[in-house]
Amino acid sequence: MFSNEDTKNIKNLIVDMTMDSKTYNLTGNQACVEAALAAGCKFFGYYPIVPCLNFIEYFIRKSKNFDATVVQMEDEISALAAVLGASWTGKKSMTVTSGPGFSNMMEHVGLGVMLETPCVIVNFQRLGPGEGIPNVPAQGDIMQARWGSHGDYEIIALAPSSPQEMFDFTIQAFNLSEKYRTPVVILTDESIAHQKEIVTIPDKIKLIQRPKYKGPKDEYKPFKLEEGIVPPMVNIGEGYKFHVTGLTHDEKGYPVMNEKCQELNVHRLVNKIRLNAEKIIQFESSKEKESDLAVLFYGSTSKSAKKAIEEAKKSGLKVESFRLMTVWPFPEKKIFELAQRVKAILVAESNYGQIVLEVERCTHGKANVGFVHCDGKDDAEAILRAIKDMIQKERKEGIIEYEHSEYSEY
Amino acid sequence: MNTVNTVNTENKEHQVVNWLRMDRIPHIWCPGCGIGITVEAFVLALEKLKIKSDEICVVSGIGCTGRVAGYIKVDSFHTTHGRAIPFATGIKLANPKIKVVVISGDGDLISIGGNHFMHAARRNIDITVICVNNFIYAMTGGQVAPTTPFTAYTTTSPYGNFETASNIPQLAESAGAKYVARWTSLHARRLINSIVEAIQKPGFSVIEVVSPCPMYYSRINRLGEGINMMKFYHKNSVIKHFEPTENLNIDYQGKLIVGKFVDR
Repeated sequence: MFSNEDTKNIKNLIVDMTMDSKTYNLTGNQACVEAALAAGCKFFGYYPIVPCLNFIEYFIRKSKNFDATVVQMEDEISALAAVLGASWTGKKSMTVTSGPGFSNMMEHVGLGVMLETPCVIVNFQRLGPGEGIPNVPAQGDIMQARWGSHGDYEIIALAPSSPQEMFDFTIQAFNLSEKYRTPVVILTDESIAHQKEIVTIPDKIKLIQRPKYKGPKDEYKPFKLEEGIVPPMVNIGEGYKFHVTGLTHDEKGYPVMNEKCQELNVHRLVNKIRLNAEKIIQFESSKEKESDLAVLFYGSTSKSAKKAIEEAKKSGLKVESFRLMTVWPFPEKKIFELAQRVKAILVAESNYGQIVLEVERCTHGKANVGFVHCDGKDDAEAILRAIKDMIQKERKEGIIEYEHSEYSEY
Repeated sequence: MNTVNTVNTENKEHQVVNWLRMDRIPHIWCPGCGIGITVEAFVLALEKLKIKSDEICVVSGIGCTGRVAGYIKVDSFHTTHGRAIPFATGIKLANPKIKVVVISGDGDLISIGGNHFMHAARRNIDITVICVNNFIYAMTGGQVAPTTPFTAYTTTSPYGNFETASNIPQLAESAGAKYVARWTSLHARRLINSIVEAIQKPGFSVIEVVSPCPMYYSRINRLGEGINMMKFYHKNSVIKHFEPTENLNIDYQGKLIVGKFVDR
């Protein structure tokens, strides 16, 4: 179906990689930029926001060696608009932002989904709501990534947990966005972006190009399916004279205002992700023969959670881990399987309960669901306390919430 | 003896046909609206420029004029409200070979897209903006716009508009546009020439087209039919090339100064 896959030799592509070694000491930011450029990103539109500035500066320095266009737009709304426009010229495009900027972009996430425009959005989540605390990592945009733009849509969102994954997931994000013609969000945060770690960069990476239309020019219809559920795409300036609109449209790309067209148009957009969810979803599960409790985590809470699990195992508790790598689409079936196997699932995330709602929904009452808020301080201890407490709990309705620490005064 | 020149129209297509999506005609615009004339002027300008259809791309925002992109048979985008210019900026930067034209309305470009308008002019991105100014939000049913003249009635200014209207040429010039012109929809020939010049001009170029809205602006202000308004605008306009743009405010049913104001 997707014959446009190829492998790209990136051995000498990354500028600093003149050394013989395959491993580099990179921050999450650097790994993400290197991966984007290696994946063939040729357009980067952004608006400066804390904490993405290292990313932006690094991208600009690197871009000249890769013939990539960089533009600082007047706001995040126009940054993503420019990225969508650039993507239609056939160039892989991306943008980067954080909390408030991501809110601004929501308008064009919807347009990107409707126009089926491949692009990658890296969101460094920060504390919110409103302006929050700009330079403190958080995981509060998980639901926004899924539901932020109006109307019905599905999105792909990845949550890397280390600089290595920043590299790997960025390449995957470009591949997924090209394969499914949809915006892909990388939900990361400042703690991963500024973490420096040994990153292994492969000699070759697998790249997927967007499905391309090859038929006669005058017969091209922008949203006509040929194979599968993703319509082939053409670029501006190739003579196809196509029209696309953000309004509900037919396969010609013309606006049609009726329920039937809405159903055909939007149901396919939703199904494009839903029917391929199994192929998109990635997770890491330390499936064990017998365990009482599973700790579910993702992104920057991973390290604390893993430490807590290790400690719990040392004290003789039967605990396993389940790490989301793809946040959206959500691994519903896998969570249900997990719920049938363990007595309780404890969700550790840096927010006041977002993924835990999905987990509770997917357990269908088969397991206790607990939630512990992580705020970056003594997270491992808080998770460990919750693990110990939860294993002793009888089956309960609803989500059991654990206090991270005692609050007194501001 | 009178001689009548007859043109044999049989088997002869109008020259705009090649540039329009005829499968979408009839269009959505009301009888007497000036947007159709603007589209024709644009298409005839393309004919004049002998541009190939794969060298040009049209981007529109939302609104009555926002629908223009859907009728012109080139690569065309109907985007979000106010964001036609940043979308076009992305296209132009990613593929500088393409001539990018933004055709949209006053509300779209000057109100919600005002920031983008200003910054595209400052950035001097090589796109042409054709702004059809009908003094009102027509698609939504006739609400007050940033271009509605002082004292004019709209559905949301039933006691007369008490805000000052935007002066689009002045805004464009002060933000850095390299070519600024204004015509009314009956100045069809001059409008075509202006579009030709603007597309050829490297840098950010703006053309304002004063156009009647017979359905909303005219009805509530009792200004007659579309053709009456067009004639009124045409008769009331004075051509003053290179008039300082601070003099170009449009008063309610007042004198309209048209012409080419900036070419640098």
